[in-house]
Amino acid sequence: MTDRLLITLTVNGEEHELLTPARRTLVDVLRHDLHLTGTHVGCEHGVCGACTILVDGAPARACLMFAVQAEGRQIRTVESLAGPDGLGDLQRKFSEHHALQCGFCTPGFLMLAEGFLADNPEPTREEIREAASSNLCRCTGYQTIVDAIGACADERRASCGAVCGRPADDPADERSRA
Amino acid sequence: MKPAAFTYHRARDVDGAVDLLSELGDDAKIIAGGQSLVPMMNFRLARPAHLVDVTALPGLSGISTDEEGLHIGPLTTHRAVETAPDSLLGPDHAVLREAMAWVGHLPIRTLGTVGGSLAHGDATAEWCLLAVLLDARVVVRGPGGAQRTIEAADLFLGFYMTTLAPDEVIVDVVFPRPAPHCALTEFAERAGDFAAVAAAVDLDLAADGTVRGGRVALGGVAPAPVRVPEAEAVLQNGGPAGPELFAACAEAAEAAIDPPSDADGSSDYRRVLARTLIVRACEEAAAR
Repeated sequence: MTDRLLITLTVNGEEHELLTPARRTLVDVLRHDLHLTGTHVGCEHGVCGACTILVDGAPARACLMFAVQAEGRQIRTVESLAGPDGLGDLQRKFSEHHALQCGFCTPGFLMLAEGFLADNPEPTREEIREAASSNLCRCTGYQTIVDAIGACADERRASCGAVCGRPADDPADERSRA
Repeated sequence: MKPAAFTYHRARDVDGAVDLLSELGDDAKIIAGGQSLVPMMNFRLARPAHLVDVTALPGLSGISTDEEGLHIGPLTTHRAVETAPDSLLGPDHAVLREAMAWVGHLPIRTLGTVGGSLAHGDATAEWCLLAVLLDARVVVRGPGGAQRTIEAADLFLGFYMTTLAPDEVIVDVVFPRPAPHCALTEFAERAGDFAAVAAAVDLDLAADGTVRGGRVALGGVAPAPVRVPEAEAVLQNGGPAGPELFAACAEAAEAAIDPPSDADGSSDYRRVLARTLIVRACEEAAAR
C-alpha cells in the first residue's frame, strides 16, 4: 500500500519527475514535494477554494485531485502570476483594491480569477460575484475582491483595445459598479 | 484529512477497466473527475483499496446527436456541457446547459463528469434529476464486453446506491427525446451548496400556450430523485400555461411528498420549498 509511483508533472511550464504515493493529493505534492507553497490548503474537501489552481487553464481544486491524475496536464499555480518585473496585473489589482486582509485565501482567489477571466474577459459584476462565490474569504466580505477582478478585466480590455473586438470605452458596457 | 492509502490503476480502454474492476472486486472504485469521491475519501467516508482511473479512456467524452437522441459521453465535464455551443446542444436540450449553473461551483464543474455524477447517485444531483425527468438511458459495459442499457428510472436505488454492478462502466448517456420547454431550479442555503430541494419540470406545451401534459421531478425529498405522478396528473388535465395551473400542480406535489428532515431543513420546510420551486420551474419552462 505504500507503493510509490513515478510521475511527471508540468507545473508553471516546468517538468518535474517525482516519486509519490498514490494517495497524495496534488496540493500536497505542490507544497511538500515541489515546495511551491503559494498554493494554500484549507478544508481538503473542495469547499474553501484556498487550493484553487489552473488545470489546462481552468480553475480546479488541487485538494480534490490526486497528483497522479495530473500527469499530462498543464498545471499553473499562483507562482506563475508574477513576472520578472514584480507582481502581475491581477495581483496588483488585488493590492490596489484591498482585496485581501490575512491573505490565506488570496492565492486561490487569484487563480480562480485568472481562469475565470481567461474564459470570460468581459464579465458583468453579477458574473464576477457568481465566480467569486466559489471560494471562501473570511476577512474582506468579498466586495473588494469583486472590485479587483472587475478592475483587472477593465484594465486588460483597455490595454488590448480594439484587438479584442470591442472598443475599451464602449458606452454599451452595462456593467454596474454599484 | 488525508485519504487512506490505495493502489492506483490507470485504465487504457473500457474493457481493460472492466477487467481490472472484475479482478479487484468490491474494494475497487472507479475514479473519473473525483469531485464527489475525493472529498469522501478525504473525510475517510470512503476507503477504497484500489482506484481505477478512467479519465484516460478514449472516446468517452463529447456531445453528439443521432436518431437515438442526444448522446453525452460519460467523461464530459459539467463545464463542457455548460459551455457547449448551440450547434451541439440546441434549444431542445438547452435545459442541460442551463442546469449546469447549479452544479457546485466553477472549479468543481471543470473536473466533475456527467457519468461520475450519475454513478454517484446523489438524490439532489442535477444530472440524476434530469436523467429521471427526461428518461435518459445509461449504457454500461460489463465483463466480456457485455453491454446493457439502464433506464434512468431503474438506475437510482437511493442513498448513493445504483443498479450499476461494481464491474460495469458507463459508456454512454442518451437523452432520447427533445425537451424544449423544460427547466430545473433549486434552493440551497449558500450558492453552490447541495440543494435542499431541486425541482425540474418538462412541459408539453402547444403553440397556443396550452399545457397538454408534462413531467415533474424532485430531488432532495426522497432517498433518490423522484417523479411526482400527482403533480403530473394536474398537467395532464391541461389548461392554459399560467399561475393557476402551475399552483395546482405544485400543490398536488406538496401534498404527495413526504420529505426527510435533516440539517438542511425540516420535512415541512422542504414541502413548501418543493411547491415554490415547482411553480418557478413551470414558469421558466413555459417561457422557453
